[in-house]
Amino acid sequence: MKMHLELYASLMEKLPPGNARFRRTLDVDEGTSVQQLIERFRITDEEAHIVLVNGHFVCGEDRSQRILETEDVVSIWPPVAGG
Amino acid sequence: MSWTRKILRVNLTEGSCNAEDLNMDWADQYLGQRGLATKYLVEEVDPKVDPLSPDNKMIMATGPLTGTMASTAGRYSVVTKGPLTGAIACSNSGGFLGNEFKNAGWDMIIFEGKSPEPVYLWIHNQHAELRSAADLWGKTAWEVDDMLHAIHQDPQVRVATIGRPAEQGCYYAAVINDKHRAAGRSGVGTVMASKNLKAVAVRGTLGVGNIDNMNQFLQAVNDGKQVLADNAVTGQGLPAYGTQVLMNVINGIGGLPAHNMKNAGFDGAENISGEAMHEPRKSDGKPNLTTNAGCFGCTIACGRISTVDPEHFSIQGKGEQYQGASGGLEYEAAWALGADTGVDDLDALTYVNFLCNEDGIDPITYGATVAAAMEMYEDGVLTKEHTGGIDLRFGNAEAFVAATEALCSGEGIGPDLALGSKRLCEKYGRPELSMSVKGQEFPAYDPRGIQGIGLNYATSNRGACHLRGYTIASEVLGIPVKTEQTDTDGKPELVKAFQDATALVDSSGLCLFTTFAWGMDNIAPQIDAACSGDWSVEKCLEVGERIWNMERDFNNAAGFTADDDKLPKRLLEQAIVGGPTDGQVNRLGDMLPKYYEIRGWNAQGELTDETRQRLAL
Repeated sequence: MKMHLELYASLMEKLPPGNARFRRTLDVDEGTSVQQLIERFRITDEEAHIVLVNGHFVCGEDRSQRILETEDVVSIWPPVAGG
Repeated sequence: MSWTRKILRVNLTEGSCNAEDLNMDWADQYLGQRGLATKYLVEEVDPKVDPLSPDNKMIMATGPLTGTMASTAGRYSVVTKGPLTGAIACSNSGGFLGNEFKNAGWDMIIFEGKSPEPVYLWIHNQHAELRSAADLWGKTAWEVDDMLHAIHQDPQVRVATIGRPAEQGCYYAAVINDKHRAAGRSGVGTVMASKNLKAVAVRGTLGVGNIDNMNQFLQAVNDGKQVLADNAVTGQGLPAYGTQVLMNVINGIGGLPAHNMKNAGFDGAENISGEAMHEPRKSDGKPNLTTNAGCFGCTIACGRISTVDPEHFSIQGKGEQYQGASGGLEYEAAWALGADTGVDDLDALTYVNFLCNEDGIDPITYGATVAAAMEMYEDGVLTKEHTGGIDLRFGNAEAFVAATEALCSGEGIGPDLALGSKRLCEKYGRPELSMSVKGQEFPAYDPRGIQGIGLNYATSNRGACHLRGYTIASEVLGIPVKTEQTDTDGKPELVKAFQDATALVDSSGLCLFTTFAWGMDNIAPQIDAACSGDWSVEKCLEVGERIWNMERDFNNAAGFTADDDKLPKRLLEQAIVGGPTDGQVNRLGDMLPKYYEIRGWNAQGELTDETRQRLAL
């Protein structure tokens, strides 16, 4: 199943090789959860501070229950802030 | 005590500089900087005063922690009645000037009247005098800074000054200090110009003492610095990427307004993001970002120092000052200059940002004003006759650069852009296109996609402003706890809590960015140890609430009513199309009555007698 992973800021170094700045298109098994995706890329819970699926925030407790669907876009940021 | 307990009162009409004792009763009620300076202003100035008349006053104020060894303790504020809004104005700046004021022995400087000729104020410790600024008038802020350093022959002299747009009456001129830091919003620099005051140059060598309990203070400060260092945001995220890391975050959650806030979401966001600033460019192999930078005493160092690509069109044949490293893009500037105008050319934005620093312009209001002009241009309301031949379409980087140079020189479309979006849109019969509250333009978060920030914008005492109650911390970033961005439940309480806490932090001498790691339980012990009296968490929050209500009271007396606590129709009625916030409008009406209730205001948005009594106002 195809989906898209976006890693930002200091997490960019964990992106597999590719051309786009932040995004990689991945093949994942049916039934893969957001949490399993996070772990696959060795991102710690502390590093996965903001996790969006299709632009919607998924909190830490819901990440194991949120099962990925085809063409989902998962975007992850470490702890960041500004203003 | 920590306060120096001394005020410098400068009467520009008479040309006099006199020392006064600080009112310590007021210091105990309003702490310092924003709160205490506003107290002086509301006691001394008629709320209905014309902001640009000699009867308005301008106060530069430090906080009790300014100049101490607390982290980030270099802040000062400029407080006045703002010309952009007609409301209370308080603009806060970092750099090194506040520390220098304090080391010269002053808690605040009150400027009153108007000088018959251009002058600057020279302060060397207890010595203060007004000197002729005949040679400085008509110069940029950067030129003035260099000239005053040449005159005073001391690299440690710190300078706050205004550029040319302020002299020309631009309604959103900033006071620039240390060349790259700004008391930027609401036109405080315009007030300075109206007084024929071009600059303040200060050198202080007296040291900052008067710490009430030094052992306790050292412990509290040390504990605070450890928290900042250990926190992932203040210890790692902000130094590495600066505030600009937000560009992709806010775009990702459907909260980045674009094209004069016609919609949320900007395709070019990643090209002007904090991450893009790290990428080596083809011409010289260097990234836009040269280094991060810290203000006085800061252990976060979020500031950006950047260069423009040497091959970029914007700097070809231009002065040397644009060829090297200078103050780079912060998030709010990058949004207003970029996403709001549709320009995703990082180097063009960096150059325009240089110009904003060099000539003293608030980049948020400026970018939003150009965005409104672009919409009117595309609608045919403005033509090339109005723009001086500039093809002012959304996304046109060359046009944007030309428009900025026109604003700085006061030529072509410059005088129109100097009006700010509200006056500009009214002039051309399209007032609904000004994206502002109380005449001040929005910063970089769409209140349709993020509900609480909309309530904060509507009720902000200085007009639309994120720095009066940064609910984005909670609604997007999960600090201190995550709240749902599209919910309105609980947002009145959230907004009030952020507004009150911010008023206290802005009155202390500390930087608001510490609050990404610090709570009031980290801040209060530092104030308590430095200052005489009891400064518990409870008292700090009470003082913050008192300051907020004092500012509101001033605005009400100036003529503002509940009818001014509103958002443009576009944000209430024109839903976002596409993206994660598709279909959203701001539901201000669901939040405002509750907000008034918990503030202790009546339905007209005025303080009730009970509230006055409770807050000793």
